Amino acid sequence: MTNYMDYTPIIGMEIHVELATSSKMFCGCKNDPFYAPSPNIYTCPTCLGLPGGLPVPNKKAIEGTIKLGLALGCEIQEFSKFDRKNYFYPDLPKGYQISQYDQPFCRNGFVELPEGNVRIQRVHLEEDTGKLLHTTIDGAHVTLVDFNRSGVPLVEIVTEPDIRSSEHAKTFLKKLYQIIRYLKISGADMEKGSMRLEPNISVQKTDDRRQMTERELPNYKVEVKNINSFNFVKKAIDYEVKRQIEILEKGQTPLQETRGYVERTGSTVSQRSKETADDYRYFPEPDIPPYRFTKSYIEGIKQQLPELPHQKLERLSASYGISIPDTELLIETPDRADYFEACIALIEANNEYKKITPEMVAKSIINKKRDGMTHSPHDLLEEQKKKFEDSNINIQDVTQAVDQVIKEQTKAIEDYKKGKSSVMMFLVGQAKKILKGKGDAEIIKKLLSSRISKSGNSS
Amino acid sequence: MDLNKLTLKQAIDKLKKREISIRDLYADVEKAIEEKNSSLNVYLSLDKEARQKGEKLLDKPLAGVPFAVKDNFLTRELPTTASSKVLEGFMPAYESTVTQRLMDHGGVVIGKTNMDAWAHGSSTETSDYGATKNPRNPKHLPGGSSGGSAAAVAADMCIVAIGSETAGSIRQPASWSGVVGLKPTYGRVSRAGVVAMGSSLDSPGPIGKTVEDTAIVLYMIAGKDQYDATMRNEPVPDFTKSIGKDIKGMKIGICYIDHKKLRSTPVEKAVNNAGAVFSSLGADVKTVPLSDQLKDNAILTPDYSISVYTVVQRGEVSSNLARYDGIRYGHGRSNFGAEAKRRIMLGTFTLSKGYADRYYVKAQQVRSLYIKNFQQLFSTFDVLISPTSPGFALKLGASMNSPMFGELEDMLLEPSSIAGLPGINVPCFHDEKTNLYLGLNIIANQWEEEKVIRVADAFEKNTKWNEWRNA
Repeated sequence: MTNYMDYTPIIGMEIHVELATSSKMFCGCKNDPFYAPSPNIYTCPTCLGLPGGLPVPNKKAIEGTIKLGLALGCEIQEFSKFDRKNYFYPDLPKGYQISQYDQPFCRNGFVELPEGNVRIQRVHLEEDTGKLLHTTIDGAHVTLVDFNRSGVPLVEIVTEPDIRSSEHAKTFLKKLYQIIRYLKISGADMEKGSMRLEPNISVQKTDDRRQMTERELPNYKVEVKNINSFNFVKKAIDYEVKRQIEILEKGQTPLQETRGYVERTGSTVSQRSKETADDYRYFPEPDIPPYRFTKSYIEGIKQQLPELPHQKLERLSASYGISIPDTELLIETPDRADYFEACIALIEANNEYKKITPEMVAKSIINKKRDGMTHSPHDLLEEQKKKFEDSNINIQDVTQAVDQVIKEQTKAIEDYKKGKSSVMMFLVGQAKKILKGKGDAEIIKKLLSSRISKSGNSS
Repeated sequence: MDLNKLTLKQAIDKLKKREISIRDLYADVEKAIEEKNSSLNVYLSLDKEARQKGEKLLDKPLAGVPFAVKDNFLTRELPTTASSKVLEGFMPAYESTVTQRLMDHGGVVIGKTNMDAWAHGSSTETSDYGATKNPRNPKHLPGGSSGGSAAAVAADMCIVAIGSETAGSIRQPASWSGVVGLKPTYGRVSRAGVVAMGSSLDSPGPIGKTVEDTAIVLYMIAGKDQYDATMRNEPVPDFTKSIGKDIKGMKIGICYIDHKKLRSTPVEKAVNNAGAVFSSLGADVKTVPLSDQLKDNAILTPDYSISVYTVVQRGEVSSNLARYDGIRYGHGRSNFGAEAKRRIMLGTFTLSKGYADRYYVKAQQVRSLYIKNFQQLFSTFDVLISPTSPGFALKLGASMNSPMFGELEDMLLEPSSIAGLPGINVPCFHDEKTNLYLGLNIIANQWEEEKVIRVADAFEKNTKWNEWRNA
């Protein structure tokens, strides 16, 4: 009987994020492949690979990459450059991709997570390829190429194999996603293709793991492609880990290969495995001079960083005494955090709101799912203010209304006593009706339930 | 009237003074083209409406004058083939920065000139459209890869021309065809819209009848271009201001003539004579000894630069030609000629896993030694002179079955090319019997074209080797 606990997954991630710059990475073409109304309209000699086309790097894309590197705790390299990655494919118009090989912009970062830190090996910048569309025209199988996406700036993040479970992977990805959204450098939308990920998965006997040093990794790894959501990452990893354990239990080693995730079945299937590793013949890109960033330039970018999630978490929970779990929900997106702070600012600026506490605002946002789309900060505060006024109603009036309800709604009370707890909502509504909408629902509910239980048998 | 024999300076002056008309100028140029093109094979394509275009440009600095442009510059009006069958009939959708600037300044591209296919050569014999013949002596080669442009100037089939140099491709054909060829500093002139050959080396530049003509053109085409990231941000000096200046006190070093291949050859004599001319003009002329080690005040032998250049250039070529897959434009890869295939294979090999360190990386490291050597020498010298080519233009067929032909012929130019330096060729000897020329190569430190032009102009004005000056 296989004991899955005897095994530890060893997982690394490779994530590609399309930067949301106005123009492409090496030319002035519009960077908007997903919403382009037609194929091949955002193209030019550079991103089409015409003779004589030259690359001119997008400064904002480089700054965005450095920002991400800094937010992930990386060291920004003193010397870095672009390199040519040479290979042939119809969606690669130049026959090479401009990327970074041995001297990327960022190295050696980490992401702190409760399940365990994940080290970031590198963050580098490259250009995206065109998109192939396999279809049939007049009965013939054809492949069409759309170059709208060719040359779009792509950040590649590579982690060390520090992830130990599918849940850990999901937490890591959520954190990365949050950081990217905070930096406002990308939509990071997996469905639109602006965020793509590939886990590299191996499994090792837990005992062996404990004995090995951190540096010794299993002698194989399986790369999984075609995963389109965070949920599928978890499913793919779970399936793959199980598959690999079963092979290891037989005393065999899983094949080092690339597999594709199949949504329909939640499984992974072998893609055509490569016998030889690709030789990309990397060499420094001669059309782009290398980079020597000064400390002051990096400092300047650091200054431009917005408050990052972990910083906001500390500040908000410390400043406003809200619990850590609640604050984490508040800061889940930068928009929600800003919304919260806008409400607080409004309270501080207006005397009439002074009874409303930050905790009340937090609870309203979290429990009632208030956000800036449906309720402006003003709306939210007005709602809270009304609650006060409602609860300021004379407790005697409330008690009277409650007693009246108990007297009148005998059938409902019977049902409630029999255990039909859903009736409480109805009873509260009836009390509020008597009070003409005023009164705090929680208080009414408490009174009702205590009086109902006190009343015991029919009076 | 032979107005096609005018220099650029003369043509502009006379046109602006209304002494001659565009109509008559083009009539003479077109007559020369008609008479000589089929035998010399200089132009691959011609613009029938060039004259009409020129007539509208009289008020511009270049006054509507006709230019011959090497066929690796993308032009919207004329096909751009780089003399390869892969790009036969290719009509670009955009204009190279150099030709755009030429046109903005009032020049007209009268036709595209023949070259070694993909600029892979020093003879123009590896063109997929046949060799160009040397107008001085049609049994001989014009040099390459800008052979068509150099021949167009030599034969007065244009007023001035545009070429490009990766290692020798402007200066060597200028030497063999007996004209002036100016290779700017790498990064001085935009490569946008030029079919890429050796990306870290390619330098577009002018080929003309006099040093002054090339200075005029360089000033028009040089300068920062937003489409080329390898260019200098600094403003361009007015190179024409270096014309007519004396060279008293300038420090000039004579190089390479003690190389075993050049001893007791006509070029050794010609360059020594050039040194004497410069001395007589008040310059401080010294010989710089050849050394096979990196040494202060000696010049590193060009022998290693052959390997450095071969490896680096072919590596870049193998990558730059990858885009010609026939999917988006052009014809399929089977149309690559033998030389292109050779270079692709060699380049791929020297970049491949297990070999890249030994070849490509090593070559780039040795390249840095040449850069260091020149930096040290230019701290003492203003310019260095040498022969451009080891000898006269070779006969037709000399380059066939000789895959390293170019690299050996360009040996004396490869060091300055791999270091990105500016250099010029001026004719420095004429053989009455063969009608062929020897060329003098003058180089200076990066961004110092002004010194190169100044010294070259002084040489041209104080010797009798320039046929247009003596006309």
